[in-house]
Amino acid sequence: MHVVVCVKHVPDTEAQVRIRGDGRGIEESGLNFVMNYYDEHAVEEALRIKERTAGTVTVITAGPARAVEALRAALAMGADQAIHIQDAALETLDDLGVARVLAAAIAPLPHDLVLCGKLATDYNASIVGPALAEYLGLPQATAVSRLELREGSATAHREIEGAVEVLEIALPAVVTVERSINEPRYPSLPGIMKAKRTPITVRTLADLGLAPGTAGVDRRVEPLGLTPPPKRQAGRIIEGEPDVAVRELVRLLRQEAKLL
Amino acid sequence: MEFDLGDEHRLVQSTVREWASSRLLPLAAELDRTGRYPPELIRELGDLALTGVFVPEAYSGGGMDTISYVIAVEEVARAEAALAAVLSVQNSLVCYPILAFGTEEQKQRYLPDLARGRRLGCYCLTEPTAGSDAGALRTTARDDGDSWILNGTKIFVTNGVEADVLLVYARTGEASRGHGISAFIAEKGDYGLAVGKVEHKLGIRASSTCEIVLQDCRLPKDRIVGERDRGFRVAMATLDGGRIGIAAQALGIARAALEDATAYAKERRQFDRPIAEFQATQWKLADMATRIHAGRLLTHRAAWIRDQGRRHTREASEAKLFASETAMWAATQALQIYGGYGYIQDYPVERHLRDAKITEIYEGTSEIQRLVIARHLLRNQ
Repeated sequence: MHVVVCVKHVPDTEAQVRIRGDGRGIEESGLNFVMNYYDEHAVEEALRIKERTAGTVTVITAGPARAVEALRAALAMGADQAIHIQDAALETLDDLGVARVLAAAIAPLPHDLVLCGKLATDYNASIVGPALAEYLGLPQATAVSRLELREGSATAHREIEGAVEVLEIALPAVVTVERSINEPRYPSLPGIMKAKRTPITVRTLADLGLAPGTAGVDRRVEPLGLTPPPKRQAGRIIEGEPDVAVRELVRLLRQEAKLL
Repeated sequence: MEFDLGDEHRLVQSTVREWASSRLLPLAAELDRTGRYPPELIRELGDLALTGVFVPEAYSGGGMDTISYVIAVEEVARAEAALAAVLSVQNSLVCYPILAFGTEEQKQRYLPDLARGRRLGCYCLTEPTAGSDAGALRTTARDDGDSWILNGTKIFVTNGVEADVLLVYARTGEASRGHGISAFIAEKGDYGLAVGKVEHKLGIRASSTCEIVLQDCRLPKDRIVGERDRGFRVAMATLDGGRIGIAAQALGIARAALEDATAYAKERRQFDRPIAEFQATQWKLADMATRIHAGRLLTHRAAWIRDQGRRHTREASEAKLFASETAMWAATQALQIYGGYGYIQDYPVERHLRDAKITEIYEGTSEIQRLVIARHLLRNQ
């Protein structure tokens, strides 16, 4: 079974993110970037499928030069091949554009299954997975916590609010995964060495037959700006005797926090 | 001149750091308190080939360089120092001598299991009357025709309780200090080999330290490592790499002390402000950070020179000397920053102090390191 996994290189969720001077993006210098955690689970799932079915795992990313580290990490975990879509025009794309580009790269590859994380921890949009399915003309299952594969079809368990939805889905398909689907392995040292030796295929938009102006690649969603969330107020300690303190607490909850 | 870590070194660093902070750090206090050796964690490290970092892939090792090794040891030590000691012994004191001096048959027989953490190794050199003066060792190995018969007692053997593979130094020739010593591989289960007294230590308590007793211990002839009577050469070559590993362990402990003290200083308030705003505290942290950086540069450079295939005895000694003294000093500063809480075992910093001390002693005391360095300096005059 040939599995393709889409990964994104995102800031470490522990990192302190600062907004750029022009308010149009984040300040990247000094930030630590990692493979999106959800995509790590997708890579792990692909590797387990490869181990069970003797197939291949190809990882792909659309991102700047630094994104190659996400590919190396996936190769070190055990992926066989890596494709890096690198192009200055990527900066101008919205999520649908990124999905369009990934679809163009994936379509000519053998793919029985396309996996990715259900969302990326930077912008949390959860758009690329479902859009990718649409552009590839494939069925999709999102937020999958359990995937059982058979010849030509799969059963996907989806975690939804208060229940688990079970879907039967024809292959090939696009599946986005929940973190609960598995426990990703650590890259081993031999894996890291092998990743170092594996050549990475680099593609530009032109290589994929796409150019700014091509349908679906032009930006349809324009980010207007980024502002930091409101600073967290310091907590307040209400002193005094219980009956007095409780009355004051209720007053604050009603009048200030507006919760009652 | 390149000071940044390359791609694969950064991947080793992030991988081991991730593993250590999620799998090891949460257990560190409990491991120290109970003195429990954690075989399940060694197995996980083995799966990543961290128990044989520079063992070639042909023998199931990591196939990586000394810089990757020191990075890995530092990251493990930052989380918990005893496991870093176990790892250092396994890599530097057991895998290395077999790799560098063993026969092809010995390499095939021992390295894959050692590199994958399936068998644990230990190093038996020190004796009750031979510590710094290792050449004065008295354990004998008699040639009995088709076997070697070993008699003697080894002490302070790290991993000794759990080890399956033991590198043992014994006298096969003239009793004249460094000459006439040979290296042997003993295995748990060999006739006449026993674990003796188990020591209770000040620190690195999750690693075992014990006596190994050899009483008419019978080893097959093919268990000798390297040439007969040339074993001291094996021991000394082994120590060069071992010292770089201990330097890395010391750096990890020092970094734990710095990071914990920094976090504490930002939280702890006295006189209406975090103590991190006081100059006295800031200066301690600045000095700790600077010395740790210096220690890391010494350690990485010694590792780099070793990887170039060049002599690095002096550089290894400098790194070990400086990093271990830095760790001890930094842990003391960190405890002082914690104040009264630093003295309480609920907080990690007193453990860092207890763990740091041994790095100034084993694999060559600071006094011996100074002699080694001085000898190199004066020889070239």
